[in-house]
Amino acid sequence: MKSFVYTITDEVGIHARPAGLLVKKANEYDSEIIIEKNGKICDATRLIGLMSLAVKQGDTVTVKIEGADEEAAALEMEQFFKENL
Amino acid sequence: MSDMKEFHGRGVYDAAAVGKVFLLKHKKTQVRRTHVDDIKREIKRFEQAKALSISQLDEIYKRTIEEVGSEDAGIFEIHMMLLDDEDYNEYISDVLSKGFNAEYAVALASDYFCELFAAMDDDYMSERSADIKDVSERVIANLKGAAQGEGLNEPSIVCADDLSPSETAELDREMVLAFVTAHGSVNSHTAILARSMNVPAIVGVGDAFLSSLSNGSICAVDGGSGDVIVNPDEGTLEKFNQRLSADKQELIRLDELRGKENITLDGRSIEICVNVNGESEIGAAAECDASGVGLFRSEFLYLEGESYPSEDRQFDAYKRVLESMNGKRVVIRTLDIGADKSADYFELKKEENPALGLRAIRICLTRPEIFKTQIRALYRASIYGRLAIMFPMISSVSEVEQALALCSEVKQELDECGVAYSKDVEIGIMIETPAAAVISDRLATMVDFFSVGTNDLTQYTLACDRQNPQLEQFCDTHHEAIIRLIEYSCQNIHDNGGWIGICGELATDLSLTEAFLKMGIDELSVSPPFVLRLRKRVRSLNLSR
Repeated sequence: MKSFVYTITDEVGIHARPAGLLVKKANEYDSEIIIEKNGKICDATRLIGLMSLAVKQGDTVTVKIEGADEEAAALEMEQFFKENL
Repeated sequence: MSDMKEFHGRGVYDAAAVGKVFLLKHKKTQVRRTHVDDIKREIKRFEQAKALSISQLDEIYKRTIEEVGSEDAGIFEIHMMLLDDEDYNEYISDVLSKGFNAEYAVALASDYFCELFAAMDDDYMSERSADIKDVSERVIANLKGAAQGEGLNEPSIVCADDLSPSETAELDREMVLAFVTAHGSVNSHTAILARSMNVPAIVGVGDAFLSSLSNGSICAVDGGSGDVIVNPDEGTLEKFNQRLSADKQELIRLDELRGKENITLDGRSIEICVNVNGESEIGAAAECDASGVGLFRSEFLYLEGESYPSEDRQFDAYKRVLESMNGKRVVIRTLDIGADKSADYFELKKEENPALGLRAIRICLTRPEIFKTQIRALYRASIYGRLAIMFPMISSVSEVEQALALCSEVKQELDECGVAYSKDVEIGIMIETPAAAVISDRLATMVDFFSVGTNDLTQYTLACDRQNPQLEQFCDTHHEAIIRLIEYSCQNIHDNGGWIGICGELATDLSLTEAFLKMGIDELSVSPPFVLRLRKRVRSLNLSR
């Protein structure tokens, strides 16, 4: 399993549009991608779940990636977070 | 008739309409709970209604991209994803598996997730419950075989509490005379759509308005003043009808000028371009038959967000406007922002005198990183059309030198990274300070074009704050000093082989069109509704007389 920790810099946090982008991105991989915030976890392919995590600017999330393509997925997801969130 | 009632809201598009009211009620569709025996069949019914809903949303999504732009269409993509969301679908299959009907399952899921969002301690998120409701109601309507927005089959004034994006997009446009909503803002979907459809809209009229309506009420709407009159008396109706027929006649006459040249009777032609306030107006600009975009106000990209727009974000916007103009010239003005028109994230200090303060090019030269991001986005987009870049608030030779040096730096960086850009990007400056006009002989040797910003040029030349109503009698926009400054700038740029346009309010002043033509002004840039009006004026003039 791979994981990384990221602090949200986008001022609106993970609201609808970025959540939509994240779901699309997460769907590109076979690996299971889990977002964790304050003990609450959510599968990154679930839009409503992501939105209901209510991740705001300054919140720190842990992203866990497990599966066959976890190496590539972890690298690219981290890049995605940096660019979009 | 004495039951005439007047209401007032914020007008979005300046046009008038009179017609029957179509009251768009949010279908709080009654859903009954029933037991079904054939669970498989019920699951199939749900799957079919969902697929139909997604294909409807996809159609709306594509149409909105075309008509209004991808920024505003994004909401429909989210709606499609919501329908495909696993939690939402699991909840529904769970209810279905217990032998309930599909309508009930969707309604239950809708309530559950709505409450989840509504309970969130975040205004933005709690508003998302409206999206869940919107998509769920669509699925339920499809299960029942009823289309939304049904019943609008004669041209009407569409009145509603507020309109959801899908409701607005689904209305038969031919049947919409105007929109009036009790709530909503000038930036709402309704407002954006009204602008793109060229129909009047008034938002934020208040709840009392809706309760005064009954089906078949007549409504008169003035999108300019924001007045809504329910059951107008004969005198009012007469007044509106006169305005309507005058507007209509004029529009027909103007429409005949589409595709025609901007040329005077004696053969002098001029370009009539369009001013574009940010991305939301790109659609309207592309359709008004202009010679190009004379002024794209890039600051709207900065004002709409809560932090600096990224290079990619800007690139997308510039690319879109360039592509939409199909090779016609697009003049994009770099960031023109100051203490009076600013976004908080710029953290500009409050100034005693913002008009004379740190603004526009002055910000860009003191914070070159912001400026370079914009210049890079512009050059990257330049391959998608015919781009011209324009710097605002220039008052010295050194400012132009610095701005040009930053452009060269950006181009060099792009070369090093192997990023393509057009080599034919024209560079120009605004003439909006008296200083720039007075030294225009020197500035003209440095750039390809001038564009006169008459609003600021007037205020700085006459030392009159244009926001101050007490100064109206002193603020003579036809003042000889201003005309002379424009004429002098015009001569200088022509002597150096460049061109000159006017993009301020004065460009729309039909009483000056002749003077501008005689001066040799090459281009006038105005808001979309003025393009054909100005063409009409130009075509009626004979300069040799």
